[in-house]
Amino acid sequence: MNAIEKNLLEAVADLHDVPEGAYNIRANGESTGRVTTANIDIVTKTDKPGIDIRIKPGTRNESVHIPVIISKAGLQELVYNDFFIGNNADVTIVAGCGIHNSGEDESRHDGVHTFYVGKNAHVRYVEKHYGDGDGNGKRVINPHTVIVLEEGASMELETTQIKGVDSTRRITDATVADGASLTIREKLLTHGDQFAETDFTVELNGVDSSANVISRSVAKDRSKQRFLSRIHGNNRCNGHTECDAILMDNASVCAIPEIVANHLDAALIHEAAIGKIAGEQLIKLMTLGLTEQQAEEEIINGFLK
Amino acid sequence: MLELKHIGYTVFTDGEQKDILKDVNLTIDERFVAITGPNGGGKSTLAKVIAGILTPTNGSILLDGEDITSLSITERANRGISFAFQQPVRFKGITVRDLLSLAAGKKMSVTEACTYLSEVGLCAKDYINREINSSLSGGELKRIEIATVMVRGTHVTVFDEPEAGIDLWSFQNLIRVFEKMHEKEGGSILIISHQERILNIADKIVVIAGGEITDIGTPAVILPRLLDKAGTCQALTEKL
Repeated sequence: MNAIEKNLLEAVADLHDVPEGAYNIRANGESTGRVTTANIDIVTKTDKPGIDIRIKPGTRNESVHIPVIISKAGLQELVYNDFFIGNNADVTIVAGCGIHNSGEDESRHDGVHTFYVGKNAHVRYVEKHYGDGDGNGKRVINPHTVIVLEEGASMELETTQIKGVDSTRRITDATVADGASLTIREKLLTHGDQFAETDFTVELNGVDSSANVISRSVAKDRSKQRFLSRIHGNNRCNGHTECDAILMDNASVCAIPEIVANHLDAALIHEAAIGKIAGEQLIKLMTLGLTEQQAEEEIINGFLK
Repeated sequence: MLELKHIGYTVFTDGEQKDILKDVNLTIDERFVAITGPNGGGKSTLAKVIAGILTPTNGSILLDGEDITSLSITERANRGISFAFQQPVRFKGITVRDLLSLAAGKKMSVTEACTYLSEVGLCAKDYINREINSSLSGGELKRIEIATVMVRGTHVTVFDEPEAGIDLWSFQNLIRVFEKMHEKEGGSILIISHQERILNIADKIVVIAGGEITDIGTPAVILPRLLDKAGTCQALTEKL
């Protein structure tokens, strides 16, 4: 692995070396490293590109890293990763995609991740997207996440895109069964002429199912963002969706929260706020000795922390 | 020493000229200087002019002999002026520790944060990782605001109505904070206040009304006059 690839790996998965536990590293369209454990198996799909990750019931305190890096300009791929998480398991899955493009052609990773989370299992899923390179070729990442939560299961999805991805369409479709809960935290920063679209749909089908979808984003320069969040309450359930965006320069943000109650005991809330950094926030930090630019950076860093 | 010379602040609203401050001349080199007066009289504007948040339309401001009138908020902060807001600002994602660290100019440990937060009646363990957002009450925010200016430990500190929203935490503690700050840093503390107990500890009281200094002197001289004026309204006198 060269320095560029190591840098990408660090940016998307905080990895300086091979991770502990199970992992599969995909670099430029090929699996370049894989380790399985007694409880976690990783198998290459035979019918299409991608892997199956099978986690045994009751597996606890283990992690799986499946980072994807593309350093070859112009490489485009569509990958299917399926996660089968056994009942009562409690695991952390770290994914993410980093693209370095120093060429003229578009580099693109489209990933379809499907999670089947068994009864009373808990999954923390961390996903980071990052791009760099000085070529004119676009860096495009389109993740599609499908989540099926069985009775009593819970999943926390932390998805972050901070830098360098020119275009992204991030789709998440989830169904939540009795007593299951889904938490999504999205952090997004776009700059230059980037475009990002987020599209969450959560079906709260189960009795006492719940969902909390929180997005914080910053749009700089001429970038454009579109945020759609739909929560459908089809049973006695609790749903909350919140989009909070800081707008800068000539950027544009569109937020469309949608809550649909199809059951009398569905309790659903949506909140959306878009605005520039409040002048009084800048002034407060400047009275502590920061310059206006430093104050702006601190406010954005805190907001996206 | 802070000197305000012929400070004026004029705004135009709907084509109409409004003089918020008119030829204010004031020297601040005492320990505690209290500014009081009716609401809308120009007190907060004067505080903002000192901190650099507003630029005066007339006059000059000198800090230890240096003309700082044209300096920015940041430059004044770095010259040694601190400002505690009347209504503390909220930040999403920025924690109490972050804000104290920014005020200190270095990452602050729990023990260091405890030194300051305990002075304003807050336990560092409970508060250090709290976000400075709407989950904190007005009183909590106000105490954190006071802690941030204590951390800075500058030569001139301006408090804009520090007593507002200080719920259960007593005035006596607030006064103790002022005294400790002065013991440690020297310099001057300028307090905008309506509270008699705070005005009482001042070395000098400045009364501002209608954008002008209408009275100035020691509490022994000024306080009886203020109370006398308040006596013009029966309802207010009963409340005082």
